[in-house]
Amino acid sequence: MNQLRAWFLAPSWAVMLLLFIAPLIIVLAYSFESRGAYGGISLPWTAESYQRIADPIYLAIFWRSVWIAGVSTALCLVLGFPLALFISRSGKRKDLYLSLVILPFWTSFLIRTYAWMFLLRDTGLINTVLQKLGLIHDPLPLLYNDGAVILGLVYSYLPFMVLPIYATLERLDRSLLEAAADLGARPWATLTHVTVPLSAAGIRAGVALVFIPCLGAYLTPDLLGGGKSVMIGNLIQNQFTTARDWPFGAAISLVLMAVVMITLWLSVRRTPEGML
Amino acid sequence: MNRTGTALSTYALAAYVFLHLPLLILAAFSFNQSRFTVWEGFSLHWYSAAFQDAQLMEGTWNSLVIAMVATAASTAIGTLCAYGLWKRASSVLSGSLYLSLVTPEIVTGISLLAFYQWVFRFLRVQLGMHTVILAHVAFSIAFVVIVVMARLRTMDVQLEEAALDLGANEWQAFRHVTLPVIMPGVIAAALLAFTVSFDDYVITSLVAGVNSETLPMVIYAIARRGVNPVVNAISALIVFGFGALILISERLRSR
Repeated sequence: MNQLRAWFLAPSWAVMLLLFIAPLIIVLAYSFESRGAYGGISLPWTAESYQRIADPIYLAIFWRSVWIAGVSTALCLVLGFPLALFISRSGKRKDLYLSLVILPFWTSFLIRTYAWMFLLRDTGLINTVLQKLGLIHDPLPLLYNDGAVILGLVYSYLPFMVLPIYATLERLDRSLLEAAADLGARPWATLTHVTVPLSAAGIRAGVALVFIPCLGAYLTPDLLGGGKSVMIGNLIQNQFTTARDWPFGAAISLVLMAVVMITLWLSVRRTPEGML
Repeated sequence: MNRTGTALSTYALAAYVFLHLPLLILAAFSFNQSRFTVWEGFSLHWYSAAFQDAQLMEGTWNSLVIAMVATAASTAIGTLCAYGLWKRASSVLSGSLYLSLVTPEIVTGISLLAFYQWVFRFLRVQLGMHTVILAHVAFSIAFVVIVVMARLRTMDVQLEEAALDLGANEWQAFRHVTLPVIMPGVIAAALLAFTVSFDDYVITSLVAGVNSETLPMVIYAIARRGVNPVVNAISALIVFGFGALILISERLRSR
């Protein structure tokens, strides 16, 4: 068996080493080089790029990203938990309700973001309707601000929160809920003292699964923030395209990766069940 | 139903409206005669405009070619990988697959770009369809492994043991017993890989070269210039096309 298994795993080893690990190592190497005269890279080795991250301008972008991702994650949790609870309690229709959560997630991310541009812009649907109703005179500045970015992130990543929480609620021992009720706990007390603590693993996984992509978001701040709402992702993209400062872009990427790993380690500590 | 239940159901309804209404509105306005967000009557004008747009059509064609090649490769590689890991776990391999899944897309994109540029110092190649396809294979393997693995977990181990007892060798047991059993999972994984590949913008835009503009790249370029009903039309086609594809995939997965 072992020989066959080795052959079976060989292609994926090759792809992962060549197209995932090696590129990360190259980024690591680039991050210690200096910017060349024509935007390329050159030696000598230096930690200058990392030092530059401590510049207040860039630190501000980091904090801003953490803040936007944090608010989005909190909103996803508040909105996602009741939805997961609803699905776990809906008996025969569970599969249908679950599919309804998954469905928009698997349709194009770009198109889902574009849909909000369509709704929020000055001549978009919301402003048009409000103006037709005579509620407002001038269009509300709904698009191109932090609020729009957070809305877009919540809309895009809500399923990531619902699914793991649903998975733990689904495995919850019903008799514990009955015991709480028998002992006189009101539904709210049962929820806060029994259901929520017992679904902590799902909540932690959900928080990690939402926070991580929100922190590294590129498309949402780009389209809904309109350049005003710059996040780490946009900063990295800019260093590799317009600014052509690869070492600096590489250093930011690695710091972002470090934050991702720390978040994962803090929230999950191990691969979530059923992932791999 | 009690009061808590009613409140929860009402909330859930609102949440589903939030999740689905934006796309439904987007699709509805693809049938609008006017190019502005005011309903002026039903028209298929934007659909014919979309089909006559040379850039959109070239992008669609490129995306289809890339997604098909990448899906074929990643499904094959990922299925073999899932089977190998199912036989005996490898924390290093599953760890890196898992990591590839949580790495922010922008980081995956720039690291592949940096890698390609480094390789190009030694080889006379350029960015193009091939670099996009390789990138797509790399990021979709993890999805395939997860879906196929879920299917393998529900499989009865004794089936394969029976095949081995009856004189099949390892390969024959896999090919004639395990693979047919997990086939619905493999198909679901392929559909998923196809969707992920077809939809990707961030990584693709970084590693694409001339003549390898994909559909999301064309849509993005139009969206950056503002709202255009042609995008609504093409979005409606993609959303409903893929919606159907994913429903099939969910069916297969739960079968």
